[in-house]
Amino acid sequence: MNNVFRGFSAVFYKESLHIRRDFSTLFFSLIIPILQMFLLGYAIDTNIRQINTVVYNADGHRESRELLDRLTNSDTFHLIRYVNNDRDLNDAIISGKCRVGVKIPVDYSDRLLHQTGAQVLVLIDGSDSSVAGQAINVTTAIGLDESLRRVLANSDAAFPVEMRPKILFNPDSRSPNFFLPGLVAVLLLNVTTFLTAFSIVREKERGTLEQLFVTPVRPMGLLLGKLLPYLVIGFFELSMLLVAMRFLFDVPIHGNVLLLAFLSLPYLFVSLSLGILISSKATSQAHAMQLAFLTILPSIFFSGYIFPRETMPKFFYYLSYLVPAAYYINITRGIILRGAGWVHLWSDALILFLMGAALLIIAARRFHNKIIMA
Amino acid sequence: MTSSTQPSISAQHLVRRFGNFAAVNDVSFRVEKGEIFGFLGPNGSGKTTVIKMLTGLLPLSGGHAEVEGFDVSKDAEAVRENIGYMSQNFSLYTDLTVSENLTFYGRIYGLSNDHLRKRMDEIIQLNGLGPYIHRLASQLSGGWKQRLALGCAMLHEPKLVFLDEPTAGIDPVARRQLWDLLFDLSGHGITFFVTTHYMDEAERCSHVAYIYFGKLIADGTPDSLRELPDVQPAGTLRIEITTPQVTRALRLAREIPGVRNATIYGQSIHALVDDHYDLNGLREELLKRNIVVAEIRPLAPSLEDVFVELTSKHQAQQEASRE
Repeated sequence: MNNVFRGFSAVFYKESLHIRRDFSTLFFSLIIPILQMFLLGYAIDTNIRQINTVVYNADGHRESRELLDRLTNSDTFHLIRYVNNDRDLNDAIISGKCRVGVKIPVDYSDRLLHQTGAQVLVLIDGSDSSVAGQAINVTTAIGLDESLRRVLANSDAAFPVEMRPKILFNPDSRSPNFFLPGLVAVLLLNVTTFLTAFSIVREKERGTLEQLFVTPVRPMGLLLGKLLPYLVIGFFELSMLLVAMRFLFDVPIHGNVLLLAFLSLPYLFVSLSLGILISSKATSQAHAMQLAFLTILPSIFFSGYIFPRETMPKFFYYLSYLVPAAYYINITRGIILRGAGWVHLWSDALILFLMGAALLIIAARRFHNKIIMA
Repeated sequence: MTSSTQPSISAQHLVRRFGNFAAVNDVSFRVEKGEIFGFLGPNGSGKTTVIKMLTGLLPLSGGHAEVEGFDVSKDAEAVRENIGYMSQNFSLYTDLTVSENLTFYGRIYGLSNDHLRKRMDEIIQLNGLGPYIHRLASQLSGGWKQRLALGCAMLHEPKLVFLDEPTAGIDPVARRQLWDLLFDLSGHGITFFVTTHYMDEAERCSHVAYIYFGKLIADGTPDSLRELPDVQPAGTLRIEITTPQVTRALRLAREIPGVRNATIYGQSIHALVDDHYDLNGLREELLKRNIVVAEIRPLAPSLEDVFVELTSKHQAQQEASRE
């Protein structure tokens, strides 16, 4: 009878009954991530387009209007306001109505004509760095392009160097393609970390956990029996999220779906173990909720889901190696967008599995010592 | 390996410290097989701590304990296979039905399906749970919850069952039925370790012990405790005085020289008096003070008297040792 998993099947049986009885909790924890995917999938667009732009065109000649047309045609700028003095130009930006202000000076077309170097003032609101960066890039590029055309206009020479960027995997730079595979990792935490943490803390509150520890059940048997039903639910949730992603948001899956499903298991395992670890610390469901929320923020900000990990300061970059979602997002983006296979991703999966095993063992030890001390 | 002389529980010099505080301080006792052992004491005196030590939930800071022949420090798993435990709040899964609760605990103890079905039938028969078998545990009344909890704790046929305040908050009928059940089961050789606050329950135990702030200050059968010299000091007499004016009578009776201790019980006063009074002498003293005496008679001490005497004696000793 020296079986470290003793009690596993009994706990699994009981836990499955709990889940069936408390159908409303299950329903909401499955539906809410789907709703969140809807909201975020439709709302978030990382491509910066149609920046509100104010124009002060002091020149007014054909050349100046052509320049403004080029800004409009770039799709980056949306010219919403035309003003007639510097003060109004500034005001439009300070008030936040426009992010970019373009001032074409009164001598713009004259200087072009006499080839004495015309200047255009571009005011950019730096309060959103990604908008500012995009505005700088596009205006600079338009300026350079315009200059080259004019310099080369009277000769037969071709452009000496031409860069031809080709975006692989997500050629249209569609945001859902980039966002949703990462979002799956974050949303899965809802049914994994949260539900397992609650299910164990609830037993603590009721006193049934203490009862269990007077039986010959082993900590590992108890914890795995708790974990497995939620693994099944987590897997079901994953399937629903992937179906929504594929068919509602039209994100193509370039790689093998079965591989994705298989490599998701270690991630589910880590987040479930994390829930169990939280429950070994938490004394009430409210407490467990707070601790579980602590795991969500790093999964959003340090996982590369929104901000690339490579641009983080060194310290945080290395810290992000501890965030399970970072590995899983590499797996989901890898398979869904890049069509990556087992050879590219096995190490991420292995790390996730090891993390999960470590967390579970720590949790089991804590339970062993703690219930005993309670 | 169980011989007839081997006790169900043997606790020797148990100590449990939390930091500098000794929650259990040098506690020794022995519980024989088939006894109903009543473990009494005020809240926070260490009752639950002792249970946790004996069930292997709490390591011993000192001493040695054997439960059903197994060392609790070395072989906690074997101990747990041989005991049942019912906690104060019954620890049932309220969103599961009666039969699901029983099935779960049966599987936890590794009963085979056939064995489990047979044991469930036996338990249901014994406890009368039949009509409620498919009801959710949350819909049962306190008494039925407690029967179900007892059933869950006994599915695996333990030889020793710990009941931590089994009757707290249940109605008197259910309370009596539980005790009838315990007597019945103890007749079949099952040992019960029961904590309680009710003195009438203590009187029903075949063996009682009283723990007071970590120290065991009484241990024996209810009758042997009543005869302890500390409870019934030489040269004293315990009497019961029935009077219509108990409150006034109590105040005045305490003024009579030689009355050591007096307390009200309903319509009567229990008093410990020097035995140079006989009953008639005392009646005269009372009449002198205008107390109407309906009846006056000698009285055996109740267990409550026993514990009150022992506790005050223990407190006095501790204060003396502090000075």
